Amino acid sequence: MTAPAAAPTPLRQCLELARKDLRAEARAGEALLVTAPFGAVALLLVPLAVGTDTPLLRELGPGLFWVVVLLFGVLVTLRASAVDGPAQLELLRLCGITATTRLFGRALANAALLLGVQVLLAPVAVVLYDPDLSGWPWLLPAMLLVAVGLGVLGALADAVAQGLAERTTLGPLLVAPLAVPLLLGATQVLAAARYDRGPWPWLLLMATAVLVVTLAAALCAAHLEEAR
Amino acid sequence: MLLPLHQPPAPAPRQAGVARLDGVAVNVERTPVLRGVDLTVLAGEVLGVIGANGSGKSTLLRVLATLLVPASGTGHVLGATLGTTACSAVRSRVALVGHTPALYPHLTLAENLHVVARLTGVAAATVDGALETVGLAGAAGRRADRCSQGMQRRAELARALAAAPSLLLLDEPHAGLDADSRGLIDLVTDRVRRAGGACVAVSHDRDRLHTLADRVVEVVDGQVRATREVPA
Repeated sequence: MTAPAAAPTPLRQCLELARKDLRAEARAGEALLVTAPFGAVALLLVPLAVGTDTPLLRELGPGLFWVVVLLFGVLVTLRASAVDGPAQLELLRLCGITATTRLFGRALANAALLLGVQVLLAPVAVVLYDPDLSGWPWLLPAMLLVAVGLGVLGALADAVAQGLAERTTLGPLLVAPLAVPLLLGATQVLAAARYDRGPWPWLLLMATAVLVVTLAAALCAAHLEEAR
Repeated sequence: MLLPLHQPPAPAPRQAGVARLDGVAVNVERTPVLRGVDLTVLAGEVLGVIGANGSGKSTLLRVLATLLVPASGTGHVLGATLGTTACSAVRSRVALVGHTPALYPHLTLAENLHVVARLTGVAAATVDGALETVGLAGAAGRRADRCSQGMQRRAELARALAAAPSLLLLDEPHAGLDADSRGLIDLVTDRVRRAGGACVAVSHDRDRLHTLADRVVEVVDGQVRATREVPA
């Protein structure tokens, strides 16, 4: 019989799965060509509703940006182009890909796309809300932590809801409450930097939330597959 | 034109050892689908499994693929006991060509095969050779969702060829293939058994299965009822 080929490491498999997801997204264009413009429209609608109260908009801007990133980010993580049907799941299992590797491959692709969405929406928020951008370099780690945290949360929610007809309803309901520490931290990072308070505690809160979610995902992935 | 990937070795003698099920029962959503199945798959053979729709044929394939765990009974596939962690180590030596194509619709046929090759450590040249063998070299850059069912089926056979599995499982292998392409099934199964592996093909088409298989078992209501050697 044929000797089995040496399997790549789980990290390489993770990267390959993420690459596959990103390639599918590049063809489908769901996250960056459909969801991100909707997010931009949401950012545009708030000033229309609030009126031309510039100081108020300036105050609301950063918070609204993160709310839009959270809400539309959930849709990015639950995009249809990333859905694996039963046949694809069986194929990946037969390739020797563990449930944990699959979950983190998906999370990696989610994180890359969420970073892209944030990069697209941030200039829109700056133009529309003219926020005080002093301490803006602190936004970079906050954006990264939101992308990673939301990416893992979305992949975890997707694994929980996989195969259910209510996937698109259940997904946001699972992700939104767990993303509260990320939303809270991201909103406060810029505010803290602006008022010369150290943003470290908020970044630490976000990093802790990301770590907890990542550990939970690593521990749960295999059990979620068994339970199906 | 079909081109061989390499000169196949001489056929391996049939012997016990690829897979064995003893009294295996499987429930799907609490409904018994397989009941007390005893089955042995020998190295170097093509085992045909025939049965009516809903008789449990596809479930039997998934048990042999180690994707389903028996509710009772014991089973061994490529030396791994079903339901144990050892199964994950042998899965990459099992190829399943299912009834529904396991292709990513947004990726091209070549990308679909190369993704799996990179995930399992198969060389890219092997994949390209397999695509050529099944006559898809010219269509390799076409997106899977823009290909006919027959082309998708051939792509799946190319993936199985490239993987060089020890156990090849085919669900309704002739479905969606035209008369010219049906010879590919013989080519792929021949490669596997010449390399000492085994193939299991399930179908409800008795005539086609008899031309493909060395031995045919019949599944009726989740039980293996009869085994018959197919005369050479």
